Amino acid sequence: MSGTFTKAMARNIFYGGTVFFFLLLVALTVDTTTNLHKSDNSANLTPQVVAGKHIWETRNCIGCHTLLGEGAYFAPELGNVYPRRGPEFIKAWIQSQPTGAPGRRQMPQFHLTDQELDDLVAFLKYTSEIDAQKWPPNIEG
Amino acid sequence: MKYTSQSVALPYFIAAIGLFVGQIVFGLAMGLQYVVGDFLFPEIPFNVARMVHTNLLIVWLLFGFMGAAYYLIPEEAETELYSPKLALLMFWIFLIAGAATILGYLLVDYATLAEMTGNNILATMGREFLEQPLLTKIGIVIVALAFLFNISMTMLKGRKTVISIVMLLGLWGLAIFFLFSFYNPGNLVKDKFYWWWVVHLWVEGVWELIMAAMLAFVLIKVTGVDREVIEKWLYVIITLALVTGLIGTGHHYFWIGTPGYWQWWGSIFSALEPIPFFAMTVFAFNMVNRRRREHPNKAAVLWALGTGVMAFLGAGVWGFLHTLAPVNFYTHGSQITAAHGHMAFYGAYVLVVLTIISYAMPLLRGRAANSQRAQVVEMWSFWLMTISMVFITLFLTAAGILQVWLQRVSDTPMPFMQVQDQINLFYWMRLWAGVVFAVGLVTYVTSFFIKGESKPLITP
Repeated sequence: MSGTFTKAMARNIFYGGTVFFFLLLVALTVDTTTNLHKSDNSANLTPQVVAGKHIWETRNCIGCHTLLGEGAYFAPELGNVYPRRGPEFIKAWIQSQPTGAPGRRQMPQFHLTDQELDDLVAFLKYTSEIDAQKWPPNIEG
Repeated sequence: MKYTSQSVALPYFIAAIGLFVGQIVFGLAMGLQYVVGDFLFPEIPFNVARMVHTNLLIVWLLFGFMGAAYYLIPEEAETELYSPKLALLMFWIFLIAGAATILGYLLVDYATLAEMTGNNILATMGREFLEQPLLTKIGIVIVALAFLFNISMTMLKGRKTVISIVMLLGLWGLAIFFLFSFYNPGNLVKDKFYWWWVVHLWVEGVWELIMAAMLAFVLIKVTGVDREVIEKWLYVIITLALVTGLIGTGHHYFWIGTPGYWQWWGSIFSALEPIPFFAMTVFAFNMVNRRRREHPNKAAVLWALGTGVMAFLGAGVWGFLHTLAPVNFYTHGSQITAAHGHMAFYGAYVLVVLTIISYAMPLLRGRAANSQRAQVVEMWSFWLMTISMVFITLFLTAAGILQVWLQRVSDTPMPFMQVQDQINLFYWMRLWAGVVFAVGLVTYVTSFFIKGESKPLITP
């Protein structure tokens, strides 16, 4: 770096650049938030869905599964499990865990009530209807 | 060590290394669970092991950052730490809270833990990396504020160098963006959107400031290159980091229910994110080549150069591999993400913390550098851990490419678990690479106990 480029110039570019791009991020965030209702399926965000999200969180499902591609990569994507498997299969699957098959990956038994199972399924249905720009590429997630 | 209060860094560094060992133990357990699915089930299911693995990583890196700040801020400010007592008190609070949280994960059912710790009052748990109970999150904020108060007051009463200003900016940013972890709306898209304001703006934002400041500090010390030169580089690097990284947040907003324009913003800006890491590599090598002294601590120089190279490979190259939206459409949430995550965290943050520990630890123990023998063992540990991490990354990448092909690209996509069976071989190889990493870590810990004639501390 030559002598004409001084430390003061570098400092000014840092502060100017940071402030500019942070404000740009804030502006894009404001725009995203105002337009989010077009894609976030919030029209179907019922109290039951919120209750289901709470079940999802307090059982730490994200510790094995992905949801819209985010989470752990140990178990299947669940953002589209509702259209892939349907509500009855999902409930039966959760109730029948663990499989106990030797050497196979095991999912814990969470002892969910019928109400909690319905809430969770409602949450997964709502999630599957979020407009995620056609992701995942196919039904297998 | 120029100021006696710098010695509060010592317990922070020891705790960091101890928790690092714990992180790797759980990493190995998970590596085995990938191939022997019912290993440790139902005692420690995968989701619990993963939570312990990732949370220990975050906590030990935070211990490392705080130790680094307590070490370098007094030296940069040329004054004693504002309150060494407060620093030690916060150490014990953070360690006990951290240990209690990990024990809570392991001993208490997660849903029960959530109920016990006030998650029904304010639900923040059960989101990746932010699994900590509400009480722990509040504890983190309190410790962070006390810590920031302490080092800010230290800087205010002393010399204000660029390194301390950048370090403090990074640490304040870390604390401020963590506050988004308390925001968890029922709307999943909003939840995910602001979740990244913690996770992305940490690791691809303010943490890079902390990292660059720590690296610059060590480079000044071990190379003797003029501070003016190093500080100018520091500004350039962090400018590149934030100019690319702030809007680069958009590469997480492709497929989570946010508007489509993020595919453009995210792809373009995050494609530039390797540049600051490349600059860091050039910076580290350039400064070492222009060194004005032969520092007796060769190991610290090796860790510093390693940080530059591995951060560029892990965060830069492996990040770029899957950051463009058309590519990410297929790779999102696959083993390719896991590959990138491992090498990026190792290359950037693990190595920079080990760099400052390597530089500062001998000084904290009253010598300029460790004995030749101890340094050779330490350098062996660098190569063992670094090369095995390269292989972990390569095996996960291979697994990821196959996974993406079989499950997402193919005309006849296979279900997730069938695909996992197909790529089992790569998980086995990743596990063996992980075992070598653990050997490297044991070697690292051993290096601290190797005696021999060390260079005496000469105060200039």
